[in-house]
Amino acid sequence: MVVGLEVHTELLTASKMFCSCANAFGAEPNTQVCPVCLGLPGSLPVLNARAVELAVAIGTALHSRVGASTFHRKNYFYPDMPKDFQISQYDRPINEGGYLDLSDGSRVGIVRAHLEEDTGKSTHLGGTGRMHDAERSLVDYNRAGVPLVEIVSEPDMRSPEQARLYVAELRAILIATGASDGRMEEGSLRVDANVSVRLPGAPLGTRCEIKNLNSLRSLQRAVAYEAERQIELILAGGQVRQETRHWDEGSGETSTMRVKEEAEDYRYFREPDLTDLVPDPAMIARIRDGLGPMPAQRRAALASLARGAVVPGDVLDAVVGAGLDGFVEAAVARDVEATVALSRAANELAGLDGPGQVRPDAFAEVLAREAAGTLSATQAKAVLAELVRGGGEVAEIVERRGFAPMNADDLSGTVSQAVAEHPDEWARYRAGEDKLAQFFVGVVMKATRGRANGQQVLAELESRR
Amino acid sequence: MNALEIAARVRSGERSAVSVTEEALTAIAARNGELNVFVHVEGESALERAAAVDAAVAAGRDPGILAGVPVGLKDNLCQTGVPTTCGSRILSGWRPPYTATAVERLLAAGAVPVGKTNMDEFAMGSSTETSAYGPTRNPLNPTRVPGGSSGGSAAAVAAGMVPVALGSDTGGSIRQPAALCGLVGIKPTYGLVSRYGLVAFASSLDQIGPLARSVADAAASLEAIAGHDPRDSTSLPGPAPALIAHLDQGVAGRRIGIVRELVEGADPEVVAAVAGAAEVLAAAGATLSEVSIPELRLGLSAYYLIAPAEASSNLARYDGVRFGLRVAGSDITEMYVATRTAGFGAEVKRRIMLGTYALSAGYYDAYYGQALKVRTVMIEAFERAYASADLLLGATAPSEAFALGAKVSDPMAMYLSDVFTIPTNLSGHAAISVPFGSGASGLPLGVQLLGPARSEERLVAAAAVVEAGRGVPGA
Repeated sequence: MVVGLEVHTELLTASKMFCSCANAFGAEPNTQVCPVCLGLPGSLPVLNARAVELAVAIGTALHSRVGASTFHRKNYFYPDMPKDFQISQYDRPINEGGYLDLSDGSRVGIVRAHLEEDTGKSTHLGGTGRMHDAERSLVDYNRAGVPLVEIVSEPDMRSPEQARLYVAELRAILIATGASDGRMEEGSLRVDANVSVRLPGAPLGTRCEIKNLNSLRSLQRAVAYEAERQIELILAGGQVRQETRHWDEGSGETSTMRVKEEAEDYRYFREPDLTDLVPDPAMIARIRDGLGPMPAQRRAALASLARGAVVPGDVLDAVVGAGLDGFVEAAVARDVEATVALSRAANELAGLDGPGQVRPDAFAEVLAREAAGTLSATQAKAVLAELVRGGGEVAEIVERRGFAPMNADDLSGTVSQAVAEHPDEWARYRAGEDKLAQFFVGVVMKATRGRANGQQVLAELESRR
Repeated sequence: MNALEIAARVRSGERSAVSVTEEALTAIAARNGELNVFVHVEGESALERAAAVDAAVAAGRDPGILAGVPVGLKDNLCQTGVPTTCGSRILSGWRPPYTATAVERLLAAGAVPVGKTNMDEFAMGSSTETSAYGPTRNPLNPTRVPGGSSGGSAAAVAAGMVPVALGSDTGGSIRQPAALCGLVGIKPTYGLVSRYGLVAFASSLDQIGPLARSVADAAASLEAIAGHDPRDSTSLPGPAPALIAHLDQGVAGRRIGIVRELVEGADPEVVAAVAGAAEVLAAAGATLSEVSIPELRLGLSAYYLIAPAEASSNLARYDGVRFGLRVAGSDITEMYVATRTAGFGAEVKRRIMLGTYALSAGYYDAYYGQALKVRTVMIEAFERAYASADLLLGATAPSEAFALGAKVSDPMAMYLSDVFTIPTNLSGHAAISVPFGSGASGLPLGVQLLGPARSEERLVAAAAVVEAGRGVPGA
């Protein structure tokens, strides 16, 4: 199986690629538009300098050659494309060549990472949801003219898992560079997969391009399905036809969208309304120097904190992806086990909402208290959750919620009271019925409204047995 | 009355801008039915603007160098809320929500736009006969064409409706109608005037420029609209050139080359006019010499690949989806086809097909790619010529104004009327057409002065010399 991927990422600029309209997801349809991004007669594009900087950042992170480039028009008719051509880059992209190292140790070549503008978004009502049999089609041009970088890989991947790892790694890089929010579900990161199969060592087979891959899971499933489909087709004596196929998440199958024979001639030619794009070497140097370590280096740095202990790859991915390196480092500096700090950061901070209001030092403080036994696991979880929601100081939260450890006398008194109130259970416990220890822990917890430390209660019970 | 005279009187309070505007509107009403010059007259807003100019004068403010001057705008220039059709059915009823930079600058200089002038559809033509709104007639002889594509703007000035009008020049569309109507017309250096708000025909060739009765009026108008505009990425840096200040600089010591290829094949009267203009320039102290730039002969062929190629892409947006004409179809493709079939005229369709073909896979290298190489060769040839000449001289058009209908069914004959003007669009340089001499029927002729990029100051100075000398014997 041979896989090459084309990834489109929207850039996190304030305004669109060629006009000053806002680049923001989720606004009322057709409210972020102007004569330029609507392609009204007489309007002209003016290149967004920030989009260029972000494209340079992506190219630098992918080890590409960043250089002078030109814009071309890609001509085809489609209602969501206001000018009926897309301004893109053709034979001289801003970033050429490069590579991406994946977390499994493999390296995938990069062909190019070029700038282009996004199209509007069509919604087809009635029929199957595709334009040809829709009763009505609606177009939202808010997305028209949003800056994109298209990153084209070499056909270097050999499995669905590797394809997923590539996109995961690329996504982490795009987030780390500040170029993208990496949200596949909102379409700000879009993946098309070129899949072909061949016998080992044989020349490349005919490829099919798979579209509508809205998550890493879809990508992995679709590539696996498509390769299997092609193998079965060939084994049955058939031939793979070069075509674009649509992935249906529900049925778990790909189906023909359009075949190569119908493919359009885009009649590329230089965009006469734009001049050559020649990035200033000082700007390139500034961006390169400001990039900081990329995810692969950061994963390695975090893994080294664990001093040989095995850290699952997805934990490292989650921590790096959410930018939580500093949290883990702060906890390790407080002598928290790196594996614990990593998994807690991955599980409790890297969720959908991210680390919220919590500071690295507060995260470290909670984990240090838990390690020292002054906070129970449940209490630590609760404190962290509150820190994520609203920030604040660990000591204050612990005090307010009554999580401060009880002093030995208070604990001893409470245990005595519990024993006095439940003489039968106490007798059975002393007679060897160990499971009643939990009963007494429960009584003490209830009496102290959870302030007691379970381990200390058990120790007290044992000492009286 | 000329524009600068009107502005002087309005600025001094001697005349009201409102009365000037009323006069212009009356002149339009008197002959527009006969000549079909304006496709849309903007009377009410023009009078409001004129009143604002008068109020500014009354308040002691200077409304600008074109204070109260009525101007015509070619119908491919956007002005907020004013119908803009480009002479095409496909844009009938479209009112742009924004104003072109050149028009904004005219307004800032105190000018009063009075309406939109007829043009060849999407500026594709040399006679204003391809307009969906009917042909414009030459005010000097209504059986003749005014030239094109800015024929409406030329006729508006020639008929005395307005002293100045803006046109656009992609292959000669300002200079050729200026010549055929006895006017001054300037094709500025590419990028000198912002194209923002000019509906594109061929983006790498289009330039906005003025048509006027005098070199001074044309120079003042160009000075008002030129200068850098951040909304056009191809706009040249820097402010507008000081053209008015250079009008009386003369040509003493200038080296001017008479270009054989910009005269050959022209009517004998045209050849004589160029010789006469050369004599006038020589008498004023210029050094004249004959030069040959054989590469210019390739211009027409290259132009008719590059311009249609760009047009085929620029005109794709007229698809019935967002604005302008829509003709219903059973699906999106049928709607596209029905809309564009009904909306575009024959010449526009011809050029879209030509351009689409020239850019197609398998033909790009032989046609569009080759034309780009020719363009480079031509630019280099011009640069060699300008190494030994400050300016070049030739004819603007091969003949005087021709009869309506004479060339409309013969595209090649029509295309040849731009053979002397096209090279300057391909090179991106500047050129000006000045009336000089007359043709066999007594209609005016124009001679063309050409200069390198940003040579407008010396061009208007030389044009003023030719203008002043056109009454001398031999002219």
